[in-house]
Amino acid sequence: MHMLKMKDRDVVSIGDFTVEEIEGIMDYASEMVPIAKGEKKSKVLDGKILSTLFFEPSTRTRLSFESAMLRLGGGVLGFAEPSATSAKKGETLADTIRMAEAYSDVIVLRHPREGAARLAAKFSSKPVINAGDGAGQHPTQTLLDLFTIKSEKGKIGGINVNLMGDLKYGRTVHSLAHALAMFGADLTFTAPKELQMPEHVVKNVKSLGVKPKIESSLEKSISAADVVYVTRIQKERFPDLAEYEKVAGAYRIDMDVLEKAKKDMIIMHPLPRVTEIAPEVDSTPHAKYFTQAFNGVPVRMALLSLVLEVRE
Amino acid sequence: MKEFRIQPIKNGTVIDHIDSGKALKVIKIMGIDENVTSVVSVIMHVPSSKKDFKDIVKVEDRELNPKELKKIALIAPNATINIIRDYEVAKKTKVKPPEKVSGIVRCANPNCITNARTSMETFEPVEPEFTVESTKPLRLRCVYCERELENPEEHLI
Ligand SMILES: Nc1ncnc2c1ncn2[C@@H]1O[C@H](COP(=O)(O)OP(=O)(O)OP(=O)(O)O)[C@@H](O)[C@H]1O
Ligand SMILES: [Mg+2]
Ligand SMILES: [Zn+2]
Repeated sequence: MHMLKMKDRDVVSIGDFTVEEIEGIMDYASEMVPIAKGEKKSKVLDGKILSTLFFEPSTRTRLSFESAMLRLGGGVLGFAEPSATSAKKGETLADTIRMAEAYSDVIVLRHPREGAARLAAKFSSKPVINAGDGAGQHPTQTLLDLFTIKSEKGKIGGINVNLMGDLKYGRTVHSLAHALAMFGADLTFTAPKELQMPEHVVKNVKSLGVKPKIESSLEKSISAADVVYVTRIQKERFPDLAEYEKVAGAYRIDMDVLEKAKKDMIIMHPLPRVTEIAPEVDSTPHAKYFTQAFNGVPVRMALLSLVLEVRE
Repeated sequence: MKEFRIQPIKNGTVIDHIDSGKALKVIKIMGIDENVTSVVSVIMHVPSSKKDFKDIVKVEDRELNPKELKKIALIAPNATINIIRDYEVAKKTKVKPPEKVSGIVRCANPNCITNARTSMETFEPVEPEFTVESTKPLRLRCVYCERELENPEEHLI
């Protein structure tokens, strides 16, 4: 039924996957939705064990991986913060990975350093899934973002996606921009000048045949958007509070801003959100960030079953 | 006017066609410093037939090991290595542009896993490794953190 072969594949960087493979993962994920919701039961991962090695806390990502594994009948072991680990005693990541490889069938790793997942994949014969490596990659976030757009809009190519907020430091938006360009989405980058998309990302997107619009005004760019992907602007990026508040205020989604938006425009956010989306927005049909967070479960279910090669 | 000449070497290595200005880096790669015991000639910025200018390094009683060759290929991609035996060029090879670079340059990203040290001060058991995106100019990308390494020659190990 599924032609996609991913047994023992590591999921380190979204760049390791072709458009066809990503399409296959998304198709599989949509079949997982009823199981993720608990409406259907599955035991396909019965007897399999997932290690979740979180050297840096991330509640949402960890819980959704654990939920995905448990929904498919598998078991989970691991740690949620580094204080509990042997890294504190001077063990290398390579050694910790060899241990997890011996105790489980698949490894999910979150680590504060870039390249940690690639290194882990070198030392493990069992598949390694990157759940975020420092300021590097977070491919399952990218996949669930793509899956959300695809399932809400029916397609990704030709869809106007407006990435806004902190595009300079935001880890997720760099790989997302790359992936969206691979699918031929229309891209708009809306951000204050000092937080605009880095030149290397713009270049990379152009090399994939997409000419992104660079905007500083949300008021101007929001009307064309099919998807607005909001990211948080952090206080630490600004020399003083007044400057921060001015900028944060200009890149905030509230009811007034929404008046200029298309009726079926959807709002996404990697969460947690703070003040960048007004709470009133939550009850509008635009708000899809909680659906997006839920989508992390079926997408991770699809990946876990694909790399462990168990099929319904 | 007196004419000064560089003395020919009997046995050793002549590294020719070094990109102009890079001779001192080649010397450094070879570990030649104040403790040197053999004759070393460094000739910089001489007019060249192949390119406008080149540097040349001549070292007596010394051949290059594979690691030194790989490093020289990185910073002087046009270099030729002439092995001198009994005053004659016994063997001439061009350096090969590397396809993969491992263990000779360190990643400049301080937060890269290849730069991580445990509380016991041990590194992860891997060599820093880069893919070569282009050779002229030299552009390297870290296999681990996926960042491009700016000024690779400044990061030779
Ligand atoms: N005995 C020696 N002592 C010092 N330098 C030498 C000696 N023999 C050759 N060389 C130097 O080694 C280099 C290569 O010598 P060769 O005779 O092959 O020159 P070439 O024909 O110009 O070579 P190429 O085509 O590589 O430029 C030259 O720079 C030459 O000056
Ligand atoms: Mg010559
Ligand atoms: Zn690196």
